[in-house]
Amino acid sequence: MGYTELAVAAFAVLGAGIAMIAGLGPGIGQGFAAGKGVEAVGRQPEARGSIITTMILGQAVAETTGIYSFVIAFILIALARGILG
Amino acid sequence: MEKALAGPSVVFEIFGIPITETVVSTWIIMAVIILGAFILTRRFEKLPRGVQNVAEALVEGINDFTAQTMGEKNRWFAPYAGTLLIFIFLANISGLFALWPPTADANTTIGLALMTFVLILYSNIRYKGLLGYLKGLFLEPIPIVFAPINIIGELATPVSLAFRLYGNILAGVVIMGLIYSAVPVLIPVPLHFYFDLFAGILQSFIFTMLTMVFVSMAMETD
Repeated sequence: MGYTELAVAAFAVLGAGIAMIAGLGPGIGQGFAAGKGVEAVGRQPEARGSIITTMILGQAVAETTGIYSFVIAFILIALARGILG
Repeated sequence: MEKALAGPSVVFEIFGIPITETVVSTWIIMAVIILGAFILTRRFEKLPRGVQNVAEALVEGINDFTAQTMGEKNRWFAPYAGTLLIFIFLANISGLFALWPPTADANTTIGLALMTFVLILYSNIRYKGLLGYLKGLFLEPIPIVFAPINIIGELATPVSLAFRLYGNILAGVVIMGLIYSAVPVLIPVPLHFYFDLFAGILQSFIFTMLTMVFVSMAMETD
């Protein structure tokens, strides 16, 4: 294995780590949604069920970008594994 | 850990077609669903007794869930929603039974998302007409200029559906693999509840609910 392959594998693993920085976004978004959900339940306790359902749906959609970054990181690690054998 | 990174392994081959663990797990889940349907629906009586209660509660729950999400007039969508919900739920929790979860393989989730995509296209064309749908795609809000964005938006729906489910379940498998390689006793037990049960139930609900939301959005005529 030459230095080029080794460098590609190393940068692929590094890239996987960098890709996971995208985990920040969904964390902030989901926390914001949860906070607003608590506010809404505080204001209207009788609508608790539908608020939680809507909140979880919104959070799942907000999570998508984080999941994309995970899938990209996974593909990069698979690439590095393929090079290193 | 190695197992989680390498993905589902090939169990055997039929005429050169590789049969992976995903396919075998799917077969087992199919058998469980068929067996469950058979056991739950035998000997129905006027007054429910025993397993009939379970079957009725399940069907009623799915019917109400559909009516709540899509509106009372779209109750007919419940059988498909229920099938999706039960299959994805069993697929997600199959990690608990030492199987490879079929939803941790992009092939399964992309297949499911394509089914939703076909349903969305069908509802669009059925309720808006082919011309109305194409008009909405190409001429709104500004003619031609927004067409590429609309088309990409339309295609992004199944992609995001598929990768949301795939990524979530695969993340669970990878993290559980990491924990098993570090501490193989006691610690993984509570984490199974989160990564397999909680995430599994949640993601099956999310997938079903988003399918219903997208289909009922496609049905709306303005």
